[in-house]
Amino acid sequence: MPTSNSEAAEQFDNLAQQRYADLMGMWLFLATELLLFGGLFAGFIIFRVEYPQVFAEAAGHLDLTLGAINTVILLTSGLSMALAEQAVIGERRRLALGLITATLILAVIFLLIKGYEWHHEYSEQLMPVLGLPFEYSGDEPRVARLFFNFYYSMTGLHAVHMLAGIGLLAVMLILVGRWRDAGRQARQVQIMGLYWAFVDVVWVFVFTLLYLLRT
Amino acid sequence: MMAYRTHVLVWLLLLALLAVNITATLLLSGMMAYAVNLGSAFGMAALIMTTFMGLHAAGGMLRLFALGGWLWLAFLLFLTLADFLAR
Repeated sequence: MPTSNSEAAEQFDNLAQQRYADLMGMWLFLATELLLFGGLFAGFIIFRVEYPQVFAEAAGHLDLTLGAINTVILLTSGLSMALAEQAVIGERRRLALGLITATLILAVIFLLIKGYEWHHEYSEQLMPVLGLPFEYSGDEPRVARLFFNFYYSMTGLHAVHMLAGIGLLAVMLILVGRWRDAGRQARQVQIMGLYWAFVDVVWVFVFTLLYLLRT
Repeated sequence: MMAYRTHVLVWLLLLALLAVNITATLLLSGMMAYAVNLGSAFGMAALIMTTFMGLHAAGGMLRLFALGGWLWLAFLLFLTLADFLAR
């Protein structure tokens, strides 16, 4: 961890203790986030167990190739964010700026592909939200509708987290660009890195449950 | 430099697990496919958490907090599913 110009906040004995508290608070926040997604996962798994054939068939209507490309993009953004943390810790400002920018660009590409996928499903009339028409050619369209409800809820909630992450990455770019207090920046980028990796972990399960369980 | 190399290696491992995950969907069926799919997903999550999220070098309390979230999620899934499967 680089040296910091700032003192620890008054409720902490030293900066190491403050950093530990920062990380613990973030992990606690991520645990609550996990339970937020957990409710959706639990609901999905129940209906996946109750209607295995219909859900598997409905999953076949999703674009596996685009889903896989998006997973590669998100995993790569996870790498660039983790490397950005190392760059800030090593006080390599330009490298850190480049890696955070790369993470930001990858996140935007992910959302653009997701948007294209949603638009494609909308044009196929497979978007049963906001009163839009739902035309499903397979068996039991009412159950398939449930699958698509889960699909939009899970990918939508994930996309909201991506948007929040993009906003935070933009703030990180400004802070690292100013480079005022290396120690403080390292802590901030590390917290941001935790959030971004969490978004990665959630997507791994969203992708597996929705796109891959199709047999 | 070591940390950079470790992160890149883990990223390659993640891509390999993703390939396994997708191949299982394309080539396998039924419970075998599900087992590989979920096994790969948990493997990927574990890799991200231990390296990208720094748990490999974290103290005991942080690891406890990280595992606590998963434990509570497991309670949620287990108790909910137990109700449905036992009906």
